[in-house]
Amino acid sequence: MSVNKDIFEINRDFNYDFESTGRTRQQWDAKDAVAERLVPTHCAFCGVQCGMNLKVANGQVIGVEPRDYVHNRGNLCPKGIVAYQQVNHPDRLLYPMLRRGGKGGKLERCTWEEALGYITSRWKDIQSKYGKDAVAVYSGSSMTNEKCYLAGKFARVGLQTRHIDYNGRLCMSSAAGAYTKAFGMDRAPIPMPDIPLADCIMVLGANVTECFPIVTRWVWQGRDRGSKLIVLDPRETPTARTADVWLPVKPGTDVAVLNAMLRVIIHEGLVDEAYIAARTNNWEQVKTMVEPFTLERAQELSGVPAARIKAAALIYGRSATSLIMHARGIEHHSHGVNNVLAGINLALARGQMGKPGGGIMMLTGQGNGQGGREHGQKASQLPGYRHIDMPSERQEIAEVWGVPVDELPWEGAAATEMPNLMAKGEIKSCLILCSNLMVSLPDNALVKKALTALDPLIVIDFFMSETAELADLVLPGSVWCEDEGTTTNLEGRVIKINAAAEPPGEARRDWEILCDLARGMGRGQYFPFQSAREIWDELRRASRGGVADYYGITWEKIDRQQGVFWPCPSLDHPGTPRPFTEKFYHPDGKARFTPIDFIPPAEEPSPDFPFRLTSGRVIYHYLSGNQTRRLGFLNAHAPDPWVEIHPQAAARLNIKDQEIVRVRSPRGSMELKALVVPTIRPDTIFIPFHYGHAGAVNQLTNPAVDPTVKIPEYKVCAATVEKIDQPLPVSGGAPKINFTPQDSPKMFPYAVGETKGPQEKEGKQH
Amino acid sequence: MAIKTLFVDPSRCIGCRSCEAACRECDSHKGESMVMVDFIDRGKSVATQPTVCMHCNDPVAPCAQVCPVMAILITPEGVVQMAEPSRCIGCRNCVYACPFGVPKFDAEARLMKKCNLCYDRTVQGLKPWCAQACPTGALWYGDYEEFVAQRNGHPVNRTLFGTQQVNTRVYHVLPPEEPMLDIVALLREAEAKEAGTAWQDQEAWVL
Repeated sequence: MSVNKDIFEINRDFNYDFESTGRTRQQWDAKDAVAERLVPTHCAFCGVQCGMNLKVANGQVIGVEPRDYVHNRGNLCPKGIVAYQQVNHPDRLLYPMLRRGGKGGKLERCTWEEALGYITSRWKDIQSKYGKDAVAVYSGSSMTNEKCYLAGKFARVGLQTRHIDYNGRLCMSSAAGAYTKAFGMDRAPIPMPDIPLADCIMVLGANVTECFPIVTRWVWQGRDRGSKLIVLDPRETPTARTADVWLPVKPGTDVAVLNAMLRVIIHEGLVDEAYIAARTNNWEQVKTMVEPFTLERAQELSGVPAARIKAAALIYGRSATSLIMHARGIEHHSHGVNNVLAGINLALARGQMGKPGGGIMMLTGQGNGQGGREHGQKASQLPGYRHIDMPSERQEIAEVWGVPVDELPWEGAAATEMPNLMAKGEIKSCLILCSNLMVSLPDNALVKKALTALDPLIVIDFFMSETAELADLVLPGSVWCEDEGTTTNLEGRVIKINAAAEPPGEARRDWEILCDLARGMGRGQYFPFQSAREIWDELRRASRGGVADYYGITWEKIDRQQGVFWPCPSLDHPGTPRPFTEKFYHPDGKARFTPIDFIPPAEEPSPDFPFRLTSGRVIYHYLSGNQTRRLGFLNAHAPDPWVEIHPQAAARLNIKDQEIVRVRSPRGSMELKALVVPTIRPDTIFIPFHYGHAGAVNQLTNPAVDPTVKIPEYKVCAATVEKIDQPLPVSGGAPKINFTPQDSPKMFPYAVGETKGPQEKEGKQH
Repeated sequence: MAIKTLFVDPSRCIGCRSCEAACRECDSHKGESMVMVDFIDRGKSVATQPTVCMHCNDPVAPCAQVCPVMAILITPEGVVQMAEPSRCIGCRNCVYACPFGVPKFDAEARLMKKCNLCYDRTVQGLKPWCAQACPTGALWYGDYEEFVAQRNGHPVNRTLFGTQQVNTRVYHVLPPEEPMLDIVALLREAEAKEAGTAWQDQEAWVL
């Protein structure tokens, strides 16, 4: 049965390898240690935030034990099981490092005093010469709410710069934008244990099994009850393998399928008219909009057989309770917001939003992807999901922070706009924490140019990331279980992360570093925090009265009731697990339909670049892979990227399985191994995105962004696959370009300040 | 008393290797997994399946039967243990005897190693680490009645290798029409399917 051979031999079979792939000797050396205590906490990886217990002995984290938490019931994916091995990892950064010789010099060990002195003197100098906005902050969502909140406050109050944004921009900002527009609130409708109540689960662009393995637990419980499963994905993922209907869509054409499904539902009389009349607006416009989307037209646009679209529409439309789950597959597009809104239209037309087990829920990817986008580290946002351009909301936060409202900066550049400002010299220096831009941003040749133009570039990280390698100063931060705080998982459940160890060497907790920097900038009076709890209490006050109201969520309440769902406006409020049961959060309490027309992706295949390239995750890695590529068990299973290509396409190009091939797009080329498999569309290729340097798929991806939320189009660009001995063409060739920065002024790159089109203004009225 | 055991459902396996990662966390063999996850045939499908010790009970533990030094012990509950290090002479008889290819020989330690159903955990009423971690229930721990009450699928604990039948403590979950896991019949069926032309008549899945 097993194809493993029967002899244990080092380097022969990773299943049985011990230590050699691990690089985690310290953990294994401690294998005889007996745990003194278990620290209950949650996983560092992905938005599910599974409960786990960390085994601690002699102040060291030595292992993991299951924790029976309400949403994972002791289950863990492989990332969760080995997450603890980051703590004493030999690659940890243990002291600050400064490039004393300037650009081109070496990173050398320095003291914290020297590091902080260097930053503050350089920043003061830059800000006095070029203005406050010349220094920017680029943060991330894989850290606690306390740190995310502090990053926003640090930029606006500590540095007084308008330029702060975060990597959530690259993650699910299109879903957040769509939910705000449709429901007036950006939150999942139900907790995960409600998933099995759905009679039909439709997964749109989400490889649930690899990216959110623990959600699969609830999907399968539904399947045991008889739920039907529909999957929309260009690849036959493990999720799609057992689905009732798999819709193998051409990347970038999801709207055609979703609109055609809605049309079938309308024509079959499966629309919930009473719900639409009572709880929604704008239905008639949508009805008119989808009418031209016949099955034939959808088939032609999307490449999905009409019969499959019809079958999916009938299953979805006839199910009493149906749940749509979606993730980056439909969100990473230059029309990502539209894709999500088309899904929302289906859920509303069937009257599902607000039903137990029904509706539409986004699967947020990052550890704290939900909480990190609520408390003001986004370019346009203040804590509590307030908008920085709304005078009344500015006033409220200025009062909490004790600063004059006129001192608060206005909206700054989005994460995807920042590289351009850096390259142009508008941003002179940037502090990057919890992000690895060299792997995560599209078209990384431009990103590299931008980051090298910064002087100084400062990076806080706990491993040497591809971005930190370019830094002028690297500060050693803490991993998740060396600090305490809260995160908000993809359900909207606020949970508590507990500390199990101290940061190693001279490494420090990120919030301590930010507070010290603020003091150095002479703004220490606004950052008097002595503990993460004090930051939490200020966050609660700051969010009070906002859409994402955390005021009533105390750490004690989180422990007592296994997490608290926001909004929770008062101390005696139990939290809101199902926020849309009775109302939506627009002033009239109704949800809004949005008519969505089909727009092609910014770039499509041409004779020069005949494939659609799409990128995504593998189960063994998390985001830019800076953490998981160092964990032996995970890296052993996916040490390098590969390109998935269908056997028909491979045969045409004379490419064999496992052969090294060249993949080229209008922006660059890379060489990697071909995986010839029939589980992908013949006109599509797939490369996982977790790798750096020559393995980064973002050498190829298109930096086109969604006009509303500026999410990049990672999920489709034109590309070609070649044998490596084939000479490169003299001219680069051209893709079919549907949009360029010229004919679509809202596309990247654009001037700062041009970020307030009518759509955004509407988005602000939440 | 109901017998708690593992149920292996390949249709649910997503190949995430949580079970392997979890098995490596066991204090008695830290860093080594006794569970194996394999792609069935990645050139055709993303299907995967975990292999654990099936804890054969009729004939009782072929691996133990062929052990010349009685190093493989069977508990009163019928759980077949890994080789006792003080007895194992490293002859690999068990490796060749096992019909499922489960025991692995650690050449350096000169010791046979295999799954012992997390005996340390299960005697205390806990689940084995693999089934505890498994996100999909492809590896599931409990008794037969619980399984039937909670889940779809047809648990089978008889495997047929040609004319040899083995009854195991651990169940495979099969489609309802399969009375037992008949390996040879399944292989023949697969060969016939591949040689035939039925698959060519399938409707196109992309247009």
